[in-house]
Parts: sequence; C-alpha cells; structure tokens
Amino acid sequence: MTEYIFNTLGYPILSLTTFIPLFGALVILVFVRGKDDNLARWLALVTSAVTFIVSIPLVTSFDTTTHNMQFVESRPWIAAWNVNYTIGVDGISVLLVLLTTLLSLICVIASWKAIQKHVKEYMIVLLLLETGMLGVFVALDLFLFYIFWEAMLIPMYLLIGIWGGPRKLYAAVKFFLYTLAGSVLMLIGIIALYYKGGNTFEIVRLMGQHYPYEFQFWVFLAFFLAFAIKVPMFPFHTWLPDAHVEAPTAGSVILAGVLLKMGTYGFLRFNLPMFPDATMHFTPMVLVLSVIAIIYGALVAMVQDDLKKLIAYSSVSHMGFVTLGIFAFNTQGLEGGILQMLNHGVTTGALFLCVGLIYERTHTRMIADFGGLTKRLPIYATLFMIFTLSSLGLPGMNGFVGEFLILLGAFTSQRIYAVIGTTGIILGAAYMLWMFQRVMFMELKPKNEGLIDIDLREAITLIPLAVLVFWIGIMPNPFLNIMHETVRHLLEQVNGGSQVATAAAGLIH
Amino acid sequence: MPSFPMNDLFLIAPEIIVVLLAMAVLVLDVFVPKENKRYLAYLSVAGLAVAAVFTWDLRDLQSTIFSGMFIVDNYAIYFKTLFFTATALAILISINFIKVESIDRGEYYALLLFATTGMMVMASGADLISIYLGLELMALSLYILAGFMRDRMRSNEAALKYFLLGAFSSGILLYGISIMYGVTGATNLREIAAFIQTGQYSRPALMVSVILMVAGFGFKIAAVPFHSWAPDVYEGAPTSVTAFMSVGPKAAGFAAFLRVFTEAFPGIQPDWTVIIATLAIMSMLIGNVVAIAQTNIKRMLAYSSIAHAGYAMVGFVAWGEQGLSSVMLYLFIYTFMNIGAFGMVILLRKSGETGEEIQDFAGLAKKNRLAALAMLIFMFSLAGIPPTAGFIGKFYIFMAAINAGFLWLAIIGVLMSAISAYFYLRVIMVMYMSEPAGEFEMSGSTSIYLAMIVAAVAILYIGMYPTDMIAFAKDSIVGMM
Repeated sequence: MTEYIFNTLGYPILSLTTFIPLFGALVILVFVRGKDDNLARWLALVTSAVTFIVSIPLVTSFDTTTHNMQFVESRPWIAAWNVNYTIGVDGISVLLVLLTTLLSLICVIASWKAIQKHVKEYMIVLLLLETGMLGVFVALDLFLFYIFWEAMLIPMYLLIGIWGGPRKLYAAVKFFLYTLAGSVLMLIGIIALYYKGGNTFEIVRLMGQHYPYEFQFWVFLAFFLAFAIKVPMFPFHTWLPDAHVEAPTAGSVILAGVLLKMGTYGFLRFNLPMFPDATMHFTPMVLVLSVIAIIYGALVAMVQDDLKKLIAYSSVSHMGFVTLGIFAFNTQGLEGGILQMLNHGVTTGALFLCVGLIYERTHTRMIADFGGLTKRLPIYATLFMIFTLSSLGLPGMNGFVGEFLILLGAFTSQRIYAVIGTTGIILGAAYMLWMFQRVMFMELKPKNEGLIDIDLREAITLIPLAVLVFWIGIMPNPFLNIMHETVRHLLEQVNGGSQVATAAAGLIH
Repeated sequence: MPSFPMNDLFLIAPEIIVVLLAMAVLVLDVFVPKENKRYLAYLSVAGLAVAAVFTWDLRDLQSTIFSGMFIVDNYAIYFKTLFFTATALAILISINFIKVESIDRGEYYALLLFATTGMMVMASGADLISIYLGLELMALSLYILAGFMRDRMRSNEAALKYFLLGAFSSGILLYGISIMYGVTGATNLREIAAFIQTGQYSRPALMVSVILMVAGFGFKIAAVPFHSWAPDVYEGAPTSVTAFMSVGPKAAGFAAFLRVFTEAFPGIQPDWTVIIATLAIMSMLIGNVVAIAQTNIKRMLAYSSIAHAGYAMVGFVAWGEQGLSSVMLYLFIYTFMNIGAFGMVILLRKSGETGEEIQDFAGLAKKNRLAALAMLIFMFSLAGIPPTAGFIGKFYIFMAAINAGFLWLAIIGVLMSAISAYFYLRVIMVMYMSEPAGEFEMSGSTSIYLAMIVAAVAILYIGMYPTDMIAFAKDSIVGMM
C-alpha cells in the first residue's frame, strides 16, 4: 500500500514549483506593457530560474528508502465530487519534475533571440505550459491530473500555432485534436474508475484495489489510447513529425523533452499498478508495437532530408525502447525505461536546440544545405557530436545506460523482442552518424562561409545538458537509486495484482 | 368564496416586479429622448437586481399557490437566478449594439423583460396550463424581438420563420396537453403523476401525448429534429437578441421540460428516457458535425447551441438528483459562455458590413488583446477544455450519465465534444494566427466590456472553483425528486 509522507520542509515546495510559473505568467500579463520585450524576457528568465532552484530540494531531500509519495500536500477542493488538491512525488515523477524545470529554463534562454514577435505572449504561454506539465507529474488526484493534462494542450497549441513554421495551423490543429481525441476516452475511464473504486479520485487509493478483469480490460484500453497517442506509439505517431517540424525550437524541446514523457509516465502511474491483469493481457500487443516503433521510426528517420523530421522520427524509435523496457516487467527493464525517459528528454531536447541554433543562422533545416560545418562552427560541432553519440547510445554516455538496461531487462523476460529491438540500436547509429557526416563533414557550402560559432548564451543552453549526458553515462547510480524503491514497489503491484487474480481464478475453477 | 390570497402575491413578487418594470420602461420610453435610451437599460438591470433579491428571499419555502398552478421552490429560484443573469448580460451587450443598428427603442428592453417574465412563469409552473401561458408570453415577445430590425429583410425573414414554426410547435404542445387531460383528467403535474401511478390509463394515448410534448419542448430547446428554425433565426435576428435567445429561452425550455417530466411522468420514466436519449444523440451528432461546415459565426454558434442542448439532454437522460443538477449547472455555465461568444460578435460589428463571418476575426489578437483573450476563454469553454467552466459542466453531465448506467451515451458525448473542438479552435486560430484583413472598428462600450469580463471571470471561477455552483444546483432540486 502506498502512503503519503507529508511535506515537512516548512514551505509547500511542490505547490511553489508548480505555480511559480503561473504566477510569473500573470506578472508578465499585468505588468509588461506593449512593446517592452526585454522586460518580458527577463521576467520569464527569473521565473523559470526561481522555479528550477525551488525544485532542487525535491531531489536533495528525497528519501530514497521508501516508495511512498513524498512532499505531499493535500486539501479538499470540490467536496461534492470528493476531489482533493493532492500533490506529491515518488521516485518516478521526481526526476521528471526536475527535467521539466530544467528544460523550461533552457527554453526561455534559447528563445531569447529566436522569438521576435509577440514576445510577451510567448513567455506567458511558455510559463503556463510549464505549470501544466509540472501539474501532470505531481498530481495525485485523477481529476486534478486530468485538468492539468488537458489544460496543457492550450498553451502548446498556441505555441505551435502562433510561433510555428509555414504549416503551423495544420500542425497545431492536428496536435490538439489527436491528443484531445485520445484523452476524452480516458475521461470516461476516469469516471468509471471513480465509481468502481468507491467514489474517490485519489490515485494511491485507486491503486490499492483489485478490479474485475473485464473492467480492467476496458479502462486499460481507455487510458492506453490516451497515453499511446502522447508517447506516441506506432501507429498513433503521425501528429509528432508535423508538430515538431512546425513548432518553434522551444516548442520542439518541450514536446520531445517533456510532453512525450507524459505518455510513458501515464503507463507507469496508471496502467501498470491499477490494471495489472489487463496489463499482462495486453503486454504482447504493446511489445509488438514497441518493436515496430523502434525499427520503423529508425528506418523512416534514415531517409529524412529535414533535420527536425529526422530527430522527430528518432524520437518515435527511442520511445519504443522506453515502452519495451516498461513492459518487460523487471527491475532492469523498468529502471532502464524510466532512465531512458530522462535521457531522451536531455539528448533529444539538446538535439532540437542544436537544430534551432543552425536554423537561426541559415533559415534552413535541410541536410543537403549543410556540410563541413566543423570548419566554421567547431564548438557547435563538438556539442552536436556529444548529443549525436549520446543519442545512438555510445558507452560512457547516458543513452547507453538506458538502452542497455532496457535490453537486459527485455532479454530476461521477452527474449525475442529484445533481439529484434537491438537492431534498432544499429539503425540508430546508422542514421545519426550519416546525418552528422553530411552536416558537419564534407565540403563547406559557399553560402555557409560566413557562419559564426555559438555565443555564450547559446552555449549555456547546451552545456548543462552535455554535463547530464556524461553524468548519467558514467555515474547512473544516483539516478537509479532515486527510482529504485518505487520501481520495486511497482513490480510488486503488477505481479501481486495479477497473482491475486490467478489465485481467485484458481479458487473458482 | 375564499378571499383573494394576499399572501400569494408575496410569493410571486419577483414576477410582479419584472412586469411592472417592463411597463415602467414602456411608459418612460415616451419621455426619454433618443440619445438617452441607455438609461432605460440601466433601469432594467437595476430592476432585475431588485427582483433577484426578492427571489432569493423566497428560498427554501417550497410552497404552491394559486390552487396548485404556481410553485415557488428552489428549483424555480435557481432558474430565475439564471434568467436574471442572462437577461442582464443580454441587456448590457445590447445597449451600444441597438444604437448602432438604429433600433434603440424602449420597447426592446420592455420585450426582453416580458420574455423574462414568461420564462419565470415557465420555471414556476406546476400545471401544464400555467407552463403554457409562460411559454407563450416568452415566445410572443421573442417573435417581435427577432424581427426588431424591421427594415432588414433578414430580420423579417427570421421573425416570420420563427413565428410560423413556433406557432406550430405551440400548437403541438397544446395538443399534447389536451390529450394528457383526456387521458388523466388533470393538467396539474402532481395530479397527473398520481393518476399514472394508479396504472389505469390508455397507454397508446399517453405515449402520443408524451411524444407531442417532447416535440413542443424540443422546439424551444432547439433539439434535433426540432431544430431547423435555429440557424436561420439565429442568423437573421439582431445579434443581441440571438445571444439572449440562445441562453435564456433555451434554459426556460429545459426548466419546464425537466419539471414536467420529473414531476408528472416519473412513473413512465423508462419510456421517455429512450426518446430523450435519441434526441440527445441526434442533437450532439448533427449540431457538432454541421457546425464544422459553417463560415458564419452566428450560424456556427446556432449549431453549437443545438449540440449543447444535446449534452444537456444527456444529463436529462441520467435523471435522478445527479442528472438533473448536472443539467442545471450546465445551463448556467452555458449562459456565460454563449452570451460571451455572441457579445464578441457584437463587439466586432463593423459599420456597413456585419462582421459575422469567422474570417472577420482574423488578426483580432493583434488589435485587441483583451477581446481576443476573452474570446479564447469562451471558445475553450464551449469546447469543454479545462480549466474553464465548460469542462466542469460536461464532466458533471458525463459523470451523472455513467453513474446512471448510460456509459455509451457518455462515450458518444465525449467523442462529439472532441469533434467540436475543431470548429471552436478555428475561431481561435483565425484570431491569433492569421493576419488582420483590414482595420478593426470595434463597436465597444463600457457596458459590453463589463458583460464580457463578468462572463469570462465567471467561466474561469467556476472552472477552478466549482464547489459553490454545484452546491447551488444540488440544493435546488431538493423536494423535486
């Protein structure tokens, strides 16, 4: 049984982390007049920096010896429906919270010069988005979770639709409708769960119950659809390349870095612990879809001529590894999957930043337009190489640890899928290295002669991520320790839950 | 011979106040010079506030007066509060609009108030006859209001269509009432219920009567297949009248609909549940799908209002305490978001053209950030996206439906509501993501901005802190079930 460990820091750390961005957005809305773009930028920077700093104690004071929810705050909200404002983190969500606050801060810095129109509105939207994302990860009440989950669509939609590329309208609407269509059925599932679980939206209480198999089956599907679209799993991935290509750089970073993680987070938080029997039943399907995503995503990435599209499809492939690891149902697989969520956020976020930097200089993302950039942009090329190698899983870097654990876990429980999945790593090396070669080596195009290397501000956006790449790659234990207890408990819930069912079935027969 | 029940007058004080107010407006109109007609509007709003105070004074009384014709209960008070809100907001968005359209005559406000009186009687009607009287008072006022721009072809056409179809639907309702009287020998809702309880009735005749009543009320709430008047009338009527018509009378239709079926026909609930469920599905389906194809925002909102009647009917089907209160909550929320949306159409009215095409919103966000932000809130609320009130309303309805075992109805509802996001988003897209086509000439005024701010703040407040409104709706059906 999961319990609450109430927040004892003396200040509501999670509420502050979640709502400081909202507060900052309101300040910008009210106090920034018309054209004062720089004030908006600075206020956004201060807000997101404060948010990041405030969120740090979540990790430093995190108790790694328990699977219980920590830093919990709870108060009644809508009494008539038994809805509470309950927030807290465990070993899975705490890392994602930190990832979100870090990437949001980086996004503000990365947008400093790239965004020139409607700066005030842009910063407001970015901060609102941060609150929405954090809310999704910290909510311990299903109703609250759904509010954040849906509300977050609004700023993301605006971000793509207003500051996006040429086909922004199409991409924004597609993004919105795809995710909404998936989530509305989850809403039905949530309400059904509310009544089945004894008129409560409390996630930890809904976890500790056993539901009839048929009920699990349908509600699993309702939740699964919402999360599979968000991940996105094959065949629900078609919105992703469009959204990535049209979104501004920060939009892509957030999308790849945080939004996709919400899907896999949903699997871990809801599908596995609440519907263990249905999970077992659907595991083969999920594994097949994961492997298809790994191979298919990689193959499609290989033939892209647009850098952003290439990275977008590589996301599909990498997220396939994450779901493969999660549905392997052992410590290595799950920990690898969670770590890989983090890795993907860091590495792919950084890659999108890199693409954004070169796009700001050349106004193109076509691979064919580049070549020989190492000659003009040595620092940039070095950083880009770090993230490329991390993406393809070079030992010593974060991607290797995650993928290795996933494949190790999958190999013990689902051998055949692990074997097929491994080819994805080879393909990953192929398309990443080939891309890097065409962009960075070979002949320098005459029109690219005048390019200048990245400046300090731009380096600041990439260096923290590069540090993380090596940190996780060389010393993954601090990260794994945080999630260890939670993963152990999750496995208990999954296996225990399905054993109860088996025992019950045995009694009947 | 019993003496005239003076005490009863106290219980219908709100109605009396609104009628007196309407007549006062009519009389004062003669003395108020043309450029000062807005004072009549202020007077009307103030009068409605007084009526609201008197109405609230009657809370928790639950008494029936005038030989069972008229009931004062929390249910009626809830709806009356809704009507006062709707009428007051409609008046606030009208002031400048009717001046620009040169239809600023005092009768306009008087007719709105008469319609409000009719709606109040509908909500308080405990007898089919008094409900019918209220309905006709409301409808007759609306026919005139729809044609208030009498030198415009479109407005005349709308009025005539509305009148002809409205007269038919009233006739059908009346026919249903007369058959009901023939079957049960009563027009009083409680007596009808008691008679049905005995089981000694002719089932075919009773069902015919029920179906005819569904048709009559269905017309008033613009439910498919009785919706065909709505798009034309909404488009042709003066926008401020459309705004009022799409919320107040619709809510009044629901008030009477719910009361008649809850108080008179609980005994045959399974029979009418099927009919209402069918109507709900058709309304959600046709309303949302056809709205996608609209380019005129008034027509789009007309189809959206058909769809919203469908959502509300899902709560109706769920019935019970939860179902009814979910419909009531939804109607209140709908009032804010729809008046807000129509208010924005008024705000955009350009001189010369009408500013009613969705394309006319292009680039609004660049010209008027506040207006665009308000419209963004209204559209997301209509689409049912949190943290707006529209989400809370829909959530409650689907929750009630699932709890009552109508899972499939809830599934259709959420899917349709996902489809609806497409056309609401289009308005936002045009506002925020397109370049302005020409200069905006906002016909704004303090009063309309006030109405929009009230609506937007209410939507966000209920969206984030719905406890009070839910409690209000729940308390209001005590004694109904």
